[in-house]
Amino acid sequence: MRYVARKVVLFLVTLWAAITLNFILPRLMPGSPVDAALAKLASSGQTITNAQRRAVEIQLGVPHTSLITQYWDYWTSIVQLNFGTSYSFPSETVVQTIGKAAPWTLALVGVTTILAFIIGTLLGVYAGWRRGKAADTSVTLGATFFAAFPPFWLGLLLLYVFAFKYGWFPIKGGYDPGETPNLSLSFLSSAAYHSVIPALTLAITSLSGWVFGMRNNMINTLGEDYVTFAEANGLRTRTVALLYAARNALLPNVTAFGLSLGAVVGGSVLVEGVFSYPGLGNLLYIAVVNHDFPLMQALFLVITVAMLVAIFIVDMLYVRLDPRVRQ
Amino acid sequence: MSIVSPVPPPEVPGARVEIRVGPAGPIPGPLRFLSRALRTLWSNRKASIGLVILGLIILVAVFAQLIAPHSPTATTFVPYQNPSATNWFGTTGNGQDVFSQMVYGARISLLVGIAAGAMATLVAVTIGLIAGYRPGVIDELLSFMTNLVLVIPGLPLMFILAAYLQSRSVWTIVLVVAFTSWATGARVIRSQASTLRTREFVTSAVFSGEGLFRVVFREILPNMTSLVAGSFFSAATAAVMAEASLEFLGLGDPNTVSWGTILYYAQQQNSLLTGQWVLVFAPGLAIAMLAVSFTLINFGVDALSNPRLREK
Amino acid sequence: MALLEVQGVNVVYEPTRGQRIWSVRDVDLVLEQGEFVGLVGESGCGKSTLGFALTRMLRPPARLESGVIRFDGVDISTLKGEKLRRQRRNGFAIVLQSGMNALNPVRNVEHHFGDILKAHAHAGEHYPGATVRRRGTELLGKVGLDAEVLSRFPHELSGGMRQRVSIALALALEPRMIIFDEPTTALDVIVQKAVIQTIKDLQRENGFSAILISHDLGVVLEATDRVMVMYAGRIVEDQPSKDLVSGPHHPYTEALLRCYADPRAEEIHLGGIPGTPPDLSLPQTGCSFTPRCPLAQEICHRVDPPLAPLGNGLVACHVRAPSAAAVRDG
Repeated sequence: MRYVARKVVLFLVTLWAAITLNFILPRLMPGSPVDAALAKLASSGQTITNAQRRAVEIQLGVPHTSLITQYWDYWTSIVQLNFGTSYSFPSETVVQTIGKAAPWTLALVGVTTILAFIIGTLLGVYAGWRRGKAADTSVTLGATFFAAFPPFWLGLLLLYVFAFKYGWFPIKGGYDPGETPNLSLSFLSSAAYHSVIPALTLAITSLSGWVFGMRNNMINTLGEDYVTFAEANGLRTRTVALLYAARNALLPNVTAFGLSLGAVVGGSVLVEGVFSYPGLGNLLYIAVVNHDFPLMQALFLVITVAMLVAIFIVDMLYVRLDPRVRQ
Repeated sequence: MSIVSPVPPPEVPGARVEIRVGPAGPIPGPLRFLSRALRTLWSNRKASIGLVILGLIILVAVFAQLIAPHSPTATTFVPYQNPSATNWFGTTGNGQDVFSQMVYGARISLLVGIAAGAMATLVAVTIGLIAGYRPGVIDELLSFMTNLVLVIPGLPLMFILAAYLQSRSVWTIVLVVAFTSWATGARVIRSQASTLRTREFVTSAVFSGEGLFRVVFREILPNMTSLVAGSFFSAATAAVMAEASLEFLGLGDPNTVSWGTILYYAQQQNSLLTGQWVLVFAPGLAIAMLAVSFTLINFGVDALSNPRLREK
Repeated sequence: MALLEVQGVNVVYEPTRGQRIWSVRDVDLVLEQGEFVGLVGESGCGKSTLGFALTRMLRPPARLESGVIRFDGVDISTLKGEKLRRQRRNGFAIVLQSGMNALNPVRNVEHHFGDILKAHAHAGEHYPGATVRRRGTELLGKVGLDAEVLSRFPHELSGGMRQRVSIALALALEPRMIIFDEPTTALDVIVQKAVIQTIKDLQRENGFSAILISHDLGVVLEATDRVMVMYAGRIVEDQPSKDLVSGPHHPYTEALLRCYADPRAEEIHLGGIPGTPPDLSLPQTGCSFTPRCPLAQEICHRVDPPLAPLGNGLVACHVRAPSAAAVRDG
């Protein structure tokens, strides 16, 4: 279990480091983010309580206070989930703003990522197995082609063709303006309808990475002796391809999957921005464009922590897949 | 991108063993090296296509003044025009010629892609080599740093850094992109360096008294050239996309002319809704082409370092 | 009818860039039921390629250019797909050089047996877990391994154990012929002896025909009934093992024997063979060994000697076994 123990320690230490990085970043930046933030809050027209002001300061930098004190207060406020108020949404706390957006991103990004991984991996296995033949060339070319699309450009294009020109899909938003978020069928179906193009965009752009990675892994694995021996022993083609080659080729891809989630999150910022899809990515877009520092800080923290947790889960999954680490 | 693991060519029964006798020295003259690398890349079909595309883009960027019919920033034309004889791609909302913008825009996109890619690779190689070659505390520390930067989502970090930083120049973008993209390459290079470290030729070099610098730069590094090249092209691809994304979100310098800023203004001016799809299609396609060229060249580099991937 | 009759096998290696290399040239051989034959030669002589060719395991860029491979009366040189796969059961099997890497890292030994047994099950045969375990234990027992190995993964076994598991897996097919390609090369000397002894015992008990490919003449002489010596893609000598140590032979064989010094002698002379093996990308005229041969004659440059009788076996040498046919062609 040394592997598991190591991964747990790594997770905890990286978590600490990431949260600390989040603390350091705004305090290192030129110009004073905290002053800018407080000024904007003040001019937003909402009454800002002292507690809210304090929360913002803790995130961005409290003047005339020692770093140690700030750091302690920072951790306290994180544990209490108190990130202050954003000035793009001054009527609610940052936590509430993020809480509303999170499910959208989880649904959209979560589903498409997993789908893209599965489909991409299968295509990669197919292309690697039939290396050099027509199937491989077409898959590889297709993947190269789609990999080059900047996600937001593909989104814009799909939007233009399918939403604007043909009107098959809505142009923006996560759901019909007439609906309110609840668990009713009409809301859910409207949400699903609105998510098709963003999902397609995300899926197509992330698919290619998996195809290439898996194809390369397959080709490397196919050169291994145990594949030759399996063929020599007359095992069925499907068995060799899946249980001997693909099953081993999968392993590096699984590790890469965890790390790729960062890229997916990044992609979702752009895609959600283009579609005004009410998820975390869109929030980050708004925050960045408005220089909304409290919101940015909180979002960054949430995204990073989510990534670390996801990677940790993937690492644990890896133990199930590779007996060699189960010492 | 693929994580390349170089593998020595498999033993083929009956194959002739070729012993090449050439000038002594682990690093041949840089020019000869480059020409040999280019020739090998050229022989790979995918890489040669990539080289052609990249070459064309470079030509357009270098000869922009000869190719573009107008100045990219002059606001002398009627705004919001569709493609016409004078304005092959139409005009922006500010009355600028889009075609000329596209031509000049190649410069920034190329510059950022290559500069940021090079910088990121430089950092990656330095950190990767040091971490791979010196096991122990230094390695643990550097690896931890690398993993930390690796797990932090790159694009969001870039957005936030760009938002915090007040200056808006192209070099800010290059720095921000380089700062967030070195980690992947560093990890790959570190793992390869650490494998090479235990190989006999390195041990014998160390025993025969070669200093640290010599061992790293004359023994280990030349065996990783294709890995470094692969890192560079991956980083450059990411840099091109990142620059476009940053510009698109308005985090770049709105006064520069790059393919990303064309998209930014197109989005601001709702070009899709006014039917000026060329303003969206053209820069996006150009960005995609540049990224594709790097990817294709990277296929060739992959095949160089891993003979199993070479086209049979 | 012999179990294996091979005529005129040629294997060519065609890389996309570079010369074609003829790694196996016009090889004939015969293997009777129950025979244990050794195939010996230096690196690059084509012995492993021949082994792969005989079991139809050649992969591009290597190709079986021509030849007939008659296994149990059936020409298997042109079989493909499912028909070829079926031949592996009750037919021929090959055990690879690096038994170390011949096992799937993510499947345990029991699964390996299960995969093979199920792949070759006849219609109506089922292999539930208990049956697989029973057969597995039985086969592992034949190679001297305990039943508890079944639950282990390859990385939990030593090199020698993995090699034995590979042999046990090959035995699961109840083959009539097994080709062992350098089975002990990657093992240390003590384990080598144990594995060779196991192979010898298995061959005697189960009666399959076997070809042992090795560059180690000592190992081959100890284990086999008959030895074939290969040089530059051709078989140059074919003798019973006990006759190989004494008596005149092909100059190459004699040189090989001289390379083995007696470790107990007062003085040890390390012999070698001057010269280098020929470049097989060039067409060969005459006997390939001529440049390095102390007995070379004029005819050796012109005419490739056919295998002709010498003692209890065959030799391809104009000097040692002159053949009228050669003189006539020359």
